[in-house]
Amino acid sequence: MIEVANLTKRYAGRTAVSDVSFTVGRGEIVGLLGPNGAGKSTTMRILSCYLAATSGTVRIAGLDVFRQSDEVRRRIGYMPENNPLHLEMRVREYLKFRARLKGLSRKRSRERVDVVTEQCGLTDVSRRIIGQLSKGYRQRVGLADALVHEPELIILDEPTIGLDPNQIRSVRQLIKGLGKSHTVLISTHILPEAEVTCNRVVIMYDGKILAADTPENLQRLMSSNSQVIAEIAAPQAELRECWIQMPEVEQFDVSASEGDYFRCALTPRVGLDLRPRIFDMVRERGWPMRELTRSRHSLEDIYVRVTRPDEEDEG
Amino acid sequence: MRAWWTLTRRELAGFFLSLSGYIIIAAAVFMMGYSFVVLLVKLQQEPTPMPVTEVFYNTQFFWLIVILTTPMITMRLFALEKFSGTFETLMTTPVSDLQVVLAKFTAAMVFYTVMWLPLLPCLFVVQHYTHDPAAFDPGTAASTFLGILLLGSLLISLGCCASALTRSQVIAAMISLAFGAGVFMLAWIADQLPAPVTWQGHVLASFTLFDQMHDFVRGVVDTRPVVLLGSLTLFFLFLTLRVVESRRWK
Repeated sequence: MIEVANLTKRYAGRTAVSDVSFTVGRGEIVGLLGPNGAGKSTTMRILSCYLAATSGTVRIAGLDVFRQSDEVRRRIGYMPENNPLHLEMRVREYLKFRARLKGLSRKRSRERVDVVTEQCGLTDVSRRIIGQLSKGYRQRVGLADALVHEPELIILDEPTIGLDPNQIRSVRQLIKGLGKSHTVLISTHILPEAEVTCNRVVIMYDGKILAADTPENLQRLMSSNSQVIAEIAAPQAELRECWIQMPEVEQFDVSASEGDYFRCALTPRVGLDLRPRIFDMVRERGWPMRELTRSRHSLEDIYVRVTRPDEEDEG
Repeated sequence: MRAWWTLTRRELAGFFLSLSGYIIIAAAVFMMGYSFVVLLVKLQQEPTPMPVTEVFYNTQFFWLIVILTTPMITMRLFALEKFSGTFETLMTTPVSDLQVVLAKFTAAMVFYTVMWLPLLPCLFVVQHYTHDPAAFDPGTAASTFLGILLLGSLLISLGCCASALTRSQVIAAMISLAFGAGVFMLAWIADQLPAPVTWQGHVLASFTLFDQMHDFVRGVVDTRPVVLLGSLTLFFLFLTLRVVESRRWK
């Protein structure tokens, strides 16, 4: 559905996207993951024909986004970052206007507006003025707009930013539902979001693609040597002795916590999960334990991890 | 064509659904009304054979209305959409840049025309109270409106271009006001110059907008200003189109 080859975008004096290539198959939900300024929005703007690439080619459904821009735009539903809307318009009026702009006939646009209003849960507010709606509803209006002309590909730039947890959940549900009949490309800087909604994740950092894989594989890759935190009530010296004895532990740090407990941060050797070992150990010794967690890797750790080999190469 | 019409309607709704549209109309109507107060006082003192439209033009409020209101009308066209981000959603629908530029220009022109319509009742009022049927001559009124529209189209196309250049409505208004004042100054200079001898003089002389407008309000339609103002409008619309397209080659 999407074929991006050697895509580069330079603004005056700055390279926003450099030599990026990836493909998205029909029916996939793919997440573009990366921190702010990683080049996600720029990539999406090029895909949606708003900006032109400096070099490289982008094809959507086999059509070139620069040369056959009109055809491509007919096939895309795009919701930009921050979801800009005409705040003075009413929901239904806005969706009808957008449907007409996207080339639907009067009759067809009425039908489609009915369908997407229902699909996005906007029926109750369809006569309200957009400016008076909550952020969650506005987001749905943006989504409904992206869907109204039945595009093959839906591009959503940070669709859940600034929403409360309940709203995030409902928007994610909606996106997951879309995956059944559409190809979806979303961008986010929140890893769990990509995990929940996407079949595949492309990690971008500093204009480049660092990794592209299923969320499970990435998570596995990242958690292979993630830290384990254990809070155990035991004499400090004995605890230290235990960690030194345990061959799986590469590094540890013991610090006093509330009450008699000590907080131990343990880094395992590559590929090991320390938790069963620790549990066995405290059971043997009869020490009370009140916490045993493996720290989940935040996106930041992933960047650090994926970027580290480069730094070593340079060093 | 359909996209153009949809967009034009949307732009017009933008003008008439916001308070700013009515404020612009109110300001224009106030100036028109005031100019007629001045005009009637003058007419009471000394009767004149001039058409009322010409007397109105001579009160100088005409230029004030045209130069002050056009930046107000055009400043929002592109700058507001760029600022709020809706420009991005607009340009990612299958509409062409030309359709967008033409729709915005058309909407601004329609609004500008609506803004000038209260001039007609003013003329009727004069005719009614002077009991002089010659006070309102449809032909003169038509040529006056033609002049108003042509001059307006030049300044509005200029304003479109200014608005497309920036995200800030204030800056857009400033640029178009400066250009509008520039056009006025150029016309003034052209007016002050003696009969031209060099080719530069001839070029400048063709900018005597004061005389040209004077012809229109007297009921004289000369093709030269029609061509001049029309082609300048096209030129600035072309520039606007280029500015809008420029996001794709920057």
